[in-house]
Amino acid sequence: MSKFEFPPSIPSRPVWGTLEARSGKSHLMIADAEGAEAILDVATPEMMANTHIIFISNGTDYADKLRTLNPAQFYEGPSYPASVQRIQRVLSAAHMGLQVYLAGTESLMGQAMNEAVNAGIPHTAIQTEHRGSTARRMQCVHCKGMTENVEMDPFVCSHCGLNLFVRDHYSRRHAAYQGVCIDAEDPGNVPEPKGIYE
Amino acid sequence: MTIQFNDETFRDDYTFRNSDWAIKRFPFPFHEDSYMYSVNMEQHKGGPAGSVYEKRFDVDEHYVSEMRDRAKVLDEDPLRCQSLPHMTLAGWDLLELIMESKSEDYPDLFELHRDGNKWRWINKPLGIDDTFTFLDESTLPYGPMEYITRQAQGDYAVLDQRDDMLWMDAGMITTQADWSLDFDIGMNFFEWHAPVPLAHEKGIFIRALKFLLNVQQGAPARRLNWTMTVNPLLDTSPEHYHKWGIQKTELTAENIGQKQHLRVELQTFFRLPRSNALVFPIRCYLCSFQDLMTMPKWGRRLHRVIRDLPVELATYKGFIDNRPLMIDYLSQFDDGLPTSPGIWPDRETEPPLQK
Repeated sequence: MSKFEFPPSIPSRPVWGTLEARSGKSHLMIADAEGAEAILDVATPEMMANTHIIFISNGTDYADKLRTLNPAQFYEGPSYPASVQRIQRVLSAAHMGLQVYLAGTESLMGQAMNEAVNAGIPHTAIQTEHRGSTARRMQCVHCKGMTENVEMDPFVCSHCGLNLFVRDHYSRRHAAYQGVCIDAEDPGNVPEPKGIYE
Repeated sequence: MTIQFNDETFRDDYTFRNSDWAIKRFPFPFHEDSYMYSVNMEQHKGGPAGSVYEKRFDVDEHYVSEMRDRAKVLDEDPLRCQSLPHMTLAGWDLLELIMESKSEDYPDLFELHRDGNKWRWINKPLGIDDTFTFLDESTLPYGPMEYITRQAQGDYAVLDQRDDMLWMDAGMITTQADWSLDFDIGMNFFEWHAPVPLAHEKGIFIRALKFLLNVQQGAPARRLNWTMTVNPLLDTSPEHYHKWGIQKTELTAENIGQKQHLRVELQTFFRLPRSNALVFPIRCYLCSFQDLMTMPKWGRRLHRVIRDLPVELATYKGFIDNRPLMIDYLSQFDDGLPTSPGIWPDRETEPPLQK
């Protein structure tokens, strides 16, 4: 599956990379949906012998393919919120020499990166690769609520109901882009939503 | 002079007013008849007597009312003041810097008495007389940064310095020009400035960062920045933009002189001794167009600056829709005469309006 090329943007917008196998005592790979493909691309039998894969399927059927890699540990979770405590637990026991790989949606990579950073791993040491949906996790700057899977701009905040436009300004701590009221100066004048990258 | 503190509001009925004294000392931000971004830094070591540059932390007639407004903002939204766990020491550094500066610069208003780590702080305008143990958080009603910045005009961004970079890791931000501490906290210098147009391409932030990383203890720096605000609203936060944004549409040819305010930030930069953090006070001064126009030089110049400002900047600063109205109003105060260089009003030497 071809990768999406994000258009150039402002300096706070994350730039995702391409996973490469690195030498390390152990490997933690966290992926959702099509992110599985990025793991399949870099996996080697030697690496898998020391790898823990945490996979959030989001309704896809990549889990069986990942299982055939024969990783030392494999977990399949139905959603990120269902998996986050496990991720925290694994990171809390991490030792020096652990390599972290994140692949899939921006929401998954952003949130998992935040957990890794909280566990003391510098964000610059974490590998990432975007695959699959380009939907964004958005924070409403007004009510602070997070809306997942935002594909259209503008969109309606799932918490307070304001019409928000999608900014490229991104916070690693919130693992989210910023949404700001679009019709504050002309209430009710909300443009027809279109795809964020249209 | 003894300052007469105003009893005024920065919201709802907007009773904020500048006295003649405050207008005269307003930090007009344009040193020439045009504006473009620059790293306009200079040493912050005093300035003309009575000017906002004179003291390390300027106290003016709005002090008491501004602190009341800050307390209201924090009651509604405690997220406006945040400090990441590693920033507590920098908070104590800041408390010390402000207490020392204010008690030395305004001995009639503030007193600091120290006996080892037992400190007594007296703030007469706010009626505070507290004794506490320096570096012991349990002896203050708030964390050290919050405690002292509830008593100091202006916003405070406290920047950690590591890896040759500055990080926005703590702040008290209630009088901001539309940016969110809660969103930006933890970002590096380039990231929190990411939404600013044109300046990245001009290399402004690279040069500014280089300068700021080298600010030394005892040698603070300063610059002015500016934007526009309709009504003297201090809390122009993105959090409340859906509430105040509509006020920008209430401007008319009749009320613009009174409602439209030039919003100027006196930004200063101090190195903090124990933490090696950099504190970045952002002090907001507001002045209505009609008050600015009492200075003939400012009338001529503001018209030319606003008229010729690049569209990107007028858009970013949020007044592109109101710019035609502003230019119409301001043009009445521009007779085409040349203006003297520098920001000061030069009232004695600049000719009165010739029309």
